Amino acid sequence: MNSSIVFQTGLYLLILAALAWPLSRYLASLLDGSLAARHGWIGQVDRAVCRLLGTDAEEDMSWWRYAMALLLFHVAGTVFVYALQRLQGVLPLNPQQLGAISPDSSFNTAISFLTNTNWQGYAGESTMSNLTQMLALAVQNFVSAATGIAVVCALIRGFVRRKASGVGNAWLDLHRATTWLLLPLSIVLALALVSQGVIQNFKPNQTAQLTEAVVYQQPKTGADGQPLKDAKGNPVLETVKASTQTLPMGPVASQEAIKMLGTNGGGFFNANSAHPYENPTPLANFLQMLAIFLIPAALVFMFGRWVGDWRQGATIIAAMTLLFVAMVGVEYWAESHANPLLVQLGMDGHAGNLEGKETRFGLAASALFTVITTAASCGAVNTMHDSLMPLGGLVPMWLMKLGEVVFGGVGAGLYGMLIYAILAVFLSGLMIGRTPEYLGKKIDAFEMKMVAFAILATPMLVLGGTALSVMLDVGKAGMANPGAHGFSEVLYAFTSAANNNGSAFAGLSANTPYYNLMLAIAMWVGRFTVIVPVLAIAGRLASKPRLAVTAGTLPTHGPLFTALLIGTVVIVGALTYIPALALGPIVEHLQLFGEVAR
Amino acid sequence: MMSTLKMVRPAVTLFALLTLVTGVVYPLVVAGVAQAVMPGKANGSVLQHNGQIVGSSLIGQHFEGPGYFWSRPSATGPMPNNGLASSGSNLGPLNPALQDAVKGRIAALKTIQPGQYGAVPADLVTASASGLDPHISPAAALYQVHRVAQARGLPEEEVIARVRRHTDTPLLFGEPVVNVLELNLDLAAS
Repeated sequence: MNSSIVFQTGLYLLILAALAWPLSRYLASLLDGSLAARHGWIGQVDRAVCRLLGTDAEEDMSWWRYAMALLLFHVAGTVFVYALQRLQGVLPLNPQQLGAISPDSSFNTAISFLTNTNWQGYAGESTMSNLTQMLALAVQNFVSAATGIAVVCALIRGFVRRKASGVGNAWLDLHRATTWLLLPLSIVLALALVSQGVIQNFKPNQTAQLTEAVVYQQPKTGADGQPLKDAKGNPVLETVKASTQTLPMGPVASQEAIKMLGTNGGGFFNANSAHPYENPTPLANFLQMLAIFLIPAALVFMFGRWVGDWRQGATIIAAMTLLFVAMVGVEYWAESHANPLLVQLGMDGHAGNLEGKETRFGLAASALFTVITTAASCGAVNTMHDSLMPLGGLVPMWLMKLGEVVFGGVGAGLYGMLIYAILAVFLSGLMIGRTPEYLGKKIDAFEMKMVAFAILATPMLVLGGTALSVMLDVGKAGMANPGAHGFSEVLYAFTSAANNNGSAFAGLSANTPYYNLMLAIAMWVGRFTVIVPVLAIAGRLASKPRLAVTAGTLPTHGPLFTALLIGTVVIVGALTYIPALALGPIVEHLQLFGEVAR
Repeated sequence: MMSTLKMVRPAVTLFALLTLVTGVVYPLVVAGVAQAVMPGKANGSVLQHNGQIVGSSLIGQHFEGPGYFWSRPSATGPMPNNGLASSGSNLGPLNPALQDAVKGRIAALKTIQPGQYGAVPADLVTASASGLDPHISPAAALYQVHRVAQARGLPEEEVIARVRRHTDTPLLFGEPVVNVLELNLDLAAS
């Protein structure tokens, strides 16, 4: 009963709503400045930060200036994160004495963490020093999430303001979201995770004496360090005995907390949230899942508060929740059927598909986590997505392809969904023959061009990148699985990168110059071809008057608009991607179950 | 253009300030509190025997003798349960390598406990996500009781009682699980 998917999902949504509603009140007052006005010391800190930056705390930026501020801030981050990885070998806090990271991998990781993607071509425990983890990666976890919050604030200001020239102050928004929201929440969550067994220390790795020595075979290397080959060209194997196990150490909990709260998803270790030191218990797993949706859900409620009509937020939450519950259902159904080929070999099929899953989470919490992490732009995994059943792998891929608007990334989910809402208003306006308006703002050709741009850019990257990679030898070389699944690995990689998710069908060998470069481009372009149009829409809307509601206004709250919104999201997502999905997971599903029937 | 150049200073200063707060102060504060209040957990839930570290209750180890309970299969390289290379197999459901691996694991279990009938519990023949899973299901433990009892010359009821002692049933979420390393250390100590 306790492990049932219905119980877990229901309890999850209840607790999420109970936490997100009060948080939205705090967020609204924090980001519209009334919190700083009410509590003098917060205002003093804010003003002191602005003095330090040499800017005016009262400055109201035009959308273009706001975008330039974010861009410059990101350039500073890219340079710093890249340099730190290249230099980590000579810098302190490196107990394992790890060397510099290759230029292409460093570049990929810098873009990846800046764009809130946290795609990881590297394996954390054997690549990144503690200094790099903290100073480069964890910092980006904070500020990339703050960027998402800043952009959505600018957009909402566009709806709320009348005939205004500015959309807010980017410096103040970034600082407030980081210092007064993400930081306190992260401290609380990090300590809660430590209480479950997540490690937080600066020790070198520990060595444990094994109870039973492990005997294994590995390729033998010659004196020149090259693997030896026998006469037939096969690698020569040698038998080795290991009597110790290395226990990795590091400041994991602090990283883990912001990794979830900021919907970043970049793990300290290669196995991410499947690693027992990152996610040791079912309760820790539940907290992590809550942390992923907490701020995205609170931002939607905040949206309702800011525009002065809570029903506007509730309508969007309803659309997100319905899509979410449907996807959880499909995912759990797909994964609860064991791989029929393995059942034929004599495996018990009742437990479902356990390849790539951890025993302590079980099927339900694994399926739930998989849907949450790809509905949001998190990308942390507690299950190896590459080993999901074909349709179990289709669900996370499709959720990302929708643009991660089902709760979505911190800030990014809401501004993505508002883009769809504008499209829904436009489409229904065409159907009933009225000028489209949303929240009292007239939607004109300029806004619609920007909407079209934001919606079409990502599919171009996903489908174009996949098509190119499966035609090139350097692209095909990365596939780990044969057949349709290999295609899925590449499709998943570009989907994840362009939508800034960061999870992977991790069999793909992506730490090559080709994939590092291609995916970095997809991540950067995928992030900013949405952010810039969104800011442009914000600036344009802010300059318009707010029209009064009349009998002729199409209401954008209530079940009808929820249905329109879901319809728009699903139709755009389906029309764009079903052909590609048919070549990957769908054909794999038919092959798998067709083979058994034969 | 000039106005954009004027934004370089705030961009760099804000980045430096937030780096200091979230990249230095924050992890140190969390580490300070964690080390003061929960040092055992913060340092890896390490298990010791006669002053020597013998593992962590959170990190699984590999066993293949008849007198020990076996863990989940691990896909880490080059050896199973390598703490420095956490990883799943990443094999897709149709990959022949997956079928070969499972076939081999089923054969190994049938060889070491001959005469045992029935389907093999799935968690004993499929690789975990991390390659370090410390747990198996109670069904997978019970499947191995007869073999372990025989190898150790213990009555089966005694071994089942030990399995029960190391079975953890979570209050709200997740599945009941058996901690393999703790169970085996318990058996080895007797």
